Amino acid sequence: MASSPTGGRGACAPGLCGGRGLATFKDGLWGNNPIAVQILGVCSALAVTNRLENALVMGGALVFVITGSNLVVSLLRRAVPRRIRMIAEVAIIATFVILFDQFLKAYHPEMSKQLGPYVGLIITNCIVMGRAEAFALHNGPLVSVVDGVANGLGYAAVLALVGVAREVLGTGQVLGRTVLSPEWYTPNQVMVLAPGAFFALGFLVALFFALRPREVREARP
Amino acid sequence: MSNTSALVIFVAAVFTNNILLSNFLGMCSFLACSRQIETAAGLGAAVTFVLTATTALNWAIYHGVLVAGAPLCGADLTHLQFIVFIAVIAAFVQFVEMFIERFSPRLYLSLGIFLPLITVNCAILGASLFMVIRGYSFAQSVGFGFGAGVGWALAILLMAGLQKKMGYANVPGPFRGVGIAMIVTGVLAMAFMGFAGMVSIQ
Repeated sequence: MASSPTGGRGACAPGLCGGRGLATFKDGLWGNNPIAVQILGVCSALAVTNRLENALVMGGALVFVITGSNLVVSLLRRAVPRRIRMIAEVAIIATFVILFDQFLKAYHPEMSKQLGPYVGLIITNCIVMGRAEAFALHNGPLVSVVDGVANGLGYAAVLALVGVAREVLGTGQVLGRTVLSPEWYTPNQVMVLAPGAFFALGFLVALFFALRPREVREARP
Repeated sequence: MSNTSALVIFVAAVFTNNILLSNFLGMCSFLACSRQIETAAGLGAAVTFVLTATTALNWAIYHGVLVAGAPLCGADLTHLQFIVFIAVIAAFVQFVEMFIERFSPRLYLSLGIFLPLITVNCAILGASLFMVIRGYSFAQSVGFGFGAGVGWALAILLMAGLQKKMGYANVPGPFRGVGIAMIVTGVLAMAFMGFAGMVSIQ
């Protein structure tokens, strides 16, 4: 298991993606969670989770972008020739990212500064492209929207978990409220800095893995 | 930011502000391709080249066309930067691929698989966005792009070496694969934090 190839990761097992409605929803949120199970879109999951607030905004951004791009890609799936589908998908995704970025710049300039380049980097976030390729291209608009919302929420949930862990351990606070009293807890600065992100996500991935049924665990690299 | 020399930015981008270990960019290919040293070296070299070139190209396009009052187009088109940058990167990677295929089939065969992967490596787009946010000059952008590439290559090479050693370790079940890779990267990032006092860019 330790030296198994990486081929299976990121690829979506056909049986898991063909579900409808509720099944699709559960799959995106838990069974095939984009970050913890498929290990996609890790960059932003690490970068913006130093505070819960940033993590939540980023999660919201992803829900918006995946839902929008899934809907449009699905509506256009018969109109776009296969050969240029990639570039069409990138253009659609970029449009939604620009919309969100402009919204953030106009109404929450502070947040926009804090997130820095990571909003723009949603374009290269493999989750969005992955859902467009693996799901929206072969399914109707309605179920594609469900899939988009579920995957966005799955991503947001993991981000929020990592964000809470890092903010609590790193500063003793959550959203500005003190949780771990400074009288007995010395904030561990490392958790807010870069290494803490890797540690937190590493442990979270292991936790997700450990909570899975045995047969799923053994099927995965 | 305006008077930091390109060399200082280069050193900072390699060590203190490593694009992978402190900005978390390029994680996907880092996790997927860090099992063999040769693979890591090939991908690292390709990323360094594309990163340097696209940062310079995107600087020229941003300051020549997109920014308000630019020489080629007066209107403020900065909101289009994402889509323009990603198109430039995709086109450049495609061009490099055709070029290498034509002139060095051998290199093409050894690199072939990694080249298309580079388009979706977020380190490339990230470097261009950082360049805009930090307001680098042309020389600074080239220094930053090259430094970011070298830093990324260094990180993936170190990781490949560590993964090789880790093959002999008995890792607890749930941590096998990605979990332990993530934690090892965290330790690496911690080691790189030791460089923090040396030079700094924001």
